Amino acid sequence: MAFSLTSEQSAELERIVARYPVKQAACIPLLHLCQKANGNWISDEVIQFVAEQLNLSPSHVSGVVSFYSLLNEKPPGKHQVWVCRTLSCALRGSEAILKHCEEHLGIKSGETTSDGNVTLRTAECLASCGSAPMLQIDEKYHENLTVERLDTLLESLCSEPKGTP
Amino acid sequence: MLNRTDLIIKSQDRTDGQSIAEYVAAGGYGTAEKAFSMPREAVVNEVKAAHIRGRGGAGFDCGIKWGFMPQPGARPHYLVVNADEGEPGTFKDRKIMEQNPHLLIEGCIIGCYAIGAHACYIYVRHELHLAKERLWAAVEQARDKGYLGKHPFGNSYPVDIWVHTGAGAYICGEETALLNSLEGKRGEPRLKPPFPAQAGAFDCPTSVNNVETVAAVALALRSGGDAFSRMSSLHEFNDGGVRLFGVSGHVKRPGIYEAAVGLTLRELIYDLGGGLLDDRPMIGVIPGGSSCPILLPSEIVDVPGDRRFEPFNGKSVLDLPMGVDTFRAIGTMLGTCCAIVLSDAADPVLACRNLMQFYKHESCGQCTPCREGCGWLDRLLEKIVAGTATMNELNLASEVASNIAGNTICAFGDGAAGPVLAFVQKFRASFEDYIHSGGSKQTRRLAL
Repeated sequence: MAFSLTSEQSAELERIVARYPVKQAACIPLLHLCQKANGNWISDEVIQFVAEQLNLSPSHVSGVVSFYSLLNEKPPGKHQVWVCRTLSCALRGSEAILKHCEEHLGIKSGETTSDGNVTLRTAECLASCGSAPMLQIDEKYHENLTVERLDTLLESLCSEPKGTP
Repeated sequence: MLNRTDLIIKSQDRTDGQSIAEYVAAGGYGTAEKAFSMPREAVVNEVKAAHIRGRGGAGFDCGIKWGFMPQPGARPHYLVVNADEGEPGTFKDRKIMEQNPHLLIEGCIIGCYAIGAHACYIYVRHELHLAKERLWAAVEQARDKGYLGKHPFGNSYPVDIWVHTGAGAYICGEETALLNSLEGKRGEPRLKPPFPAQAGAFDCPTSVNNVETVAAVALALRSGGDAFSRMSSLHEFNDGGVRLFGVSGHVKRPGIYEAAVGLTLRELIYDLGGGLLDDRPMIGVIPGGSSCPILLPSEIVDVPGDRRFEPFNGKSVLDLPMGVDTFRAIGTMLGTCCAIVLSDAADPVLACRNLMQFYKHESCGQCTPCREGCGWLDRLLEKIVAGTATMNELNLASEVASNIAGNTICAFGDGAAGPVLAFVQKFRASFEDYIHSGGSKQTRRLAL
């Protein structure tokens, strides 16, 4: 099925394109907009759509998508959890945080829970080194983590009634 | 010399952003307004006098960089602000964007005027959602007040600022990769020349500056360039002003602290950072983001032939003021001025491996020595940590790293090689212990 945007999203697209002297520069912001509108991933249909909107070849857009780690080439879970694993966080216990996430969710890093609720990943430095260890859930940072706080956070993800966005 | 200031951020604990009313009440935007009454060249000269060394890691003088911009002509000029903060250990630009976004916006307005640009793009890494939100809000507020748009402060010099977002790639912090990314391409660094001042964003003259650098411009014009430079104890090294100092890892009070340039690592780690957790001994400190070679507390400053170093020669490197040129002279880099502290509880071999995993993940793959070399180094370190490597393979690691450095389009290759070379050289015994007895003498952990 062809991908399309709502009229509100199309207006946002127009605003994005108007910021730049060339249409192509809207590529990444538009991919973010479409990814959000498409259940957090970039399908072939999204690539086709973005290419047409910006007069680019689908292969160019595809090359962009494959380059950046936050443009998902496969659908992730409803919630995305990134545990920062890089040195400052590792010195403050990120390994234990990741292990606890894996045990709590019953999956390994890189996997999605069987109900499609949570995708767990490690992240490279999220610029939060002074408040390590930390993780990001969807668009929010959670810093100075302890295992106790982590439990509360993970439970709040898992206990949401089905169907809430 | 420890001389704390609160010009860039008011408090490291503040969680809300400064409102435009609060910012204006403290004299904010008055400097941008004043700049428009000065000739463009005079603004650049003030910035030159301020000796603002680039805060993004390379330490290049901001005023000199702006001096490279051609006279405004037929092609538009662009100011691009690098807010793609992602170097392990670095977390200062985020603080500015979240806590004091108007200081950055004011710096952008001044910067646009100074380099003959009418448009500024702030390239923020995608993960920093709060920073983007606060910047967009600050831009809107400034526009509503008439500080941005067609007639900023009533002048016929249009200035517009847009927040642009990345999509998860450390390499986009490299200025030419950032420009490609801004243009909607893969974030692969460009060959230089041409330099961005000749052909940058959209093939037009462009200056790419770090968030903190641009924020410092607003401060420098407020106080006067020379007065700003003299706040630093490294004024005679042409390294002026105030800046943010980060400290993370095994310290009691990790965080971002603002002080005059010229603070020492000892002051940062012990006075501001509160010393090491459990008062443990320190085995090493990475002074300015992961690409900067690690320093040992036992290392001594020895820079002959330069009288400026006389007061420091013979002292521990922890007592040398943190400056772009002072740290270059002792074989490391100041980078982003954010120290990562390792206590004796941390295994240096595991720390090295942790960093190499980062570089392997983030190499853009464009240049063979870096693409293949980072993977190779990661595999070698994996073997060393597993206790199955030979002495030849340990030496090979240094050789591979040496063959990456200097053989790539951008500085990422050097940034990846530097930590390995320094760790293997400075913690040779720890590495050899992994070779001989599987690391039995090591702590085998990074966290306490």
